[in-house]
Amino acid sequence: MNRQVRYGGWFIWLSIVVALMLSMVPLPDSAMWFWPQWTTLVVIYWCVATPARVGIGVGWLVGLLLDVAHGTLLGHHALGLAVVAFIAIKLHQRVRVFPLWQQALTVLVLVAMDQMLVLWVKGIIGTSPQTWTYWMPSLASMLVWPLVYGMLRRSRRRFRIA
Amino acid sequence: MGRTRSSVGAARQGQCGRCEIEPLFTRGPAHTTRIVFFVILSLLLMTADHRYPYLERVRAGLTLVIEPLRWLVDLPYAAAGRLVDSVSSYRGLLAQNQDLKQQNFLLKAQLQKYAALEAENMRLRELLESSFKVGDRVLIAELRQVNMEPFTRQIVLNKGSEHAVYKGQPLVDADGVIGQIVHVAPYSSTAMLITDPSHALPIQVNRNGLRAIAVGTTDPDSMELLHVANNAAIEPGDLLVTSGLGGRFPPGYPVARVTQVENDTSAPFARVLAKPTARLQRTREVLLVWPAAQTQSTPAPRPAEVEPASE
Repeated sequence: MNRQVRYGGWFIWLSIVVALMLSMVPLPDSAMWFWPQWTTLVVIYWCVATPARVGIGVGWLVGLLLDVAHGTLLGHHALGLAVVAFIAIKLHQRVRVFPLWQQALTVLVLVAMDQMLVLWVKGIIGTSPQTWTYWMPSLASMLVWPLVYGMLRRSRRRFRIA
Repeated sequence: MGRTRSSVGAARQGQCGRCEIEPLFTRGPAHTTRIVFFVILSLLLMTADHRYPYLERVRAGLTLVIEPLRWLVDLPYAAAGRLVDSVSSYRGLLAQNQDLKQQNFLLKAQLQKYAALEAENMRLRELLESSFKVGDRVLIAELRQVNMEPFTRQIVLNKGSEHAVYKGQPLVDADGVIGQIVHVAPYSSTAMLITDPSHALPIQVNRNGLRAIAVGTTDPDSMELLHVANNAAIEPGDLLVTSGLGGRFPPGYPVARVTQVENDTSAPFARVLAKPTARLQRTREVLLVWPAAQTQSTPAPRPAEVEPASE
């Protein structure tokens, strides 16, 4: 197995850091449900674009940092993001050649799956939200996907991250 | 190092001449093993974090990584606050200064009376051979404007274990009780508000000493009292204060005002709702309180005609 020189890891971590910060931006309660899940989007992009580099472990770690940032149980979001990373890696060859709208639909399903896992654990510990607006972030993430994909892909090509 | 076979990965055209796709299908099984491992690890961590305190150190360590990001997210709001302060007009500041001086004057006058009352209270308690407490120590902390999990009312403060903050410590503001600390990191801490659905606070009605427990509801401005009997002497407008039971919160701090009492005789308990007196969603500074230890007075043995304390 030959290991090539790897560029640009700093940019991957920078995008993760920016996504974490975006997830912490304080919003009024009514707007919070319409905020996309930036960390999930970023993990999906890197798992699809550079699956050899960003895998389940990185997804899990990002989820753990999200847990610490949001004050949830350690492992709560980590579980969701690890599963999303796993599926993204399994599908990466197909997703990269999808047209943009089909990619967005895949993203919708993946983010909804992450939300479902998070909701499942919340139901067990008793803090589950009672409103249907809980699922709005999946829709918002799907709508924002073209933007995220475009920006990260342009940067990936510019910095030649492989 | 030539190009890898492109039979299992799509070839990439365009400017990215050096992007090569490593064949992944030889590593297929490893992914499944990995995800199973991480799922089990996550479940173990969640159980440990939910039921046992072993992971507090881990969380505190990871918080050191998150802390700079929180500071950055909070920066625009803190900077805007300072900017507003610095461009306030001279007249505006003068008027505000005058107002504060008047408030200070009134408060000091009331405080004189409080000092006399406190001394009298201590003397009376001594007579009744009851214990009395000295004043609580406090520290001001500022909130960081960051978004926490929705529907759980948690806030982040800029004081941590380096400032002697401990887990379970109560927080108050100028108008009432706010919550208690749930996680402590070296330079920051996380607190849960009393309106969080998983927070329960022992209170008593100020008017008649009736005791109950106040829990948070999903409504950020409302709390519910548990297990209040249908014929209990409680009515809207009553002030609820901490009872001090459980040792977490010092007694006597205002908590909420009753807004609604529903006596449904078919239900086992009355439904009582209350609105917190502290300005929970709008406060930027909080006071951390170190409840003073109860000190036992040691008087000489009294003759039998003085009634023993009922405390």
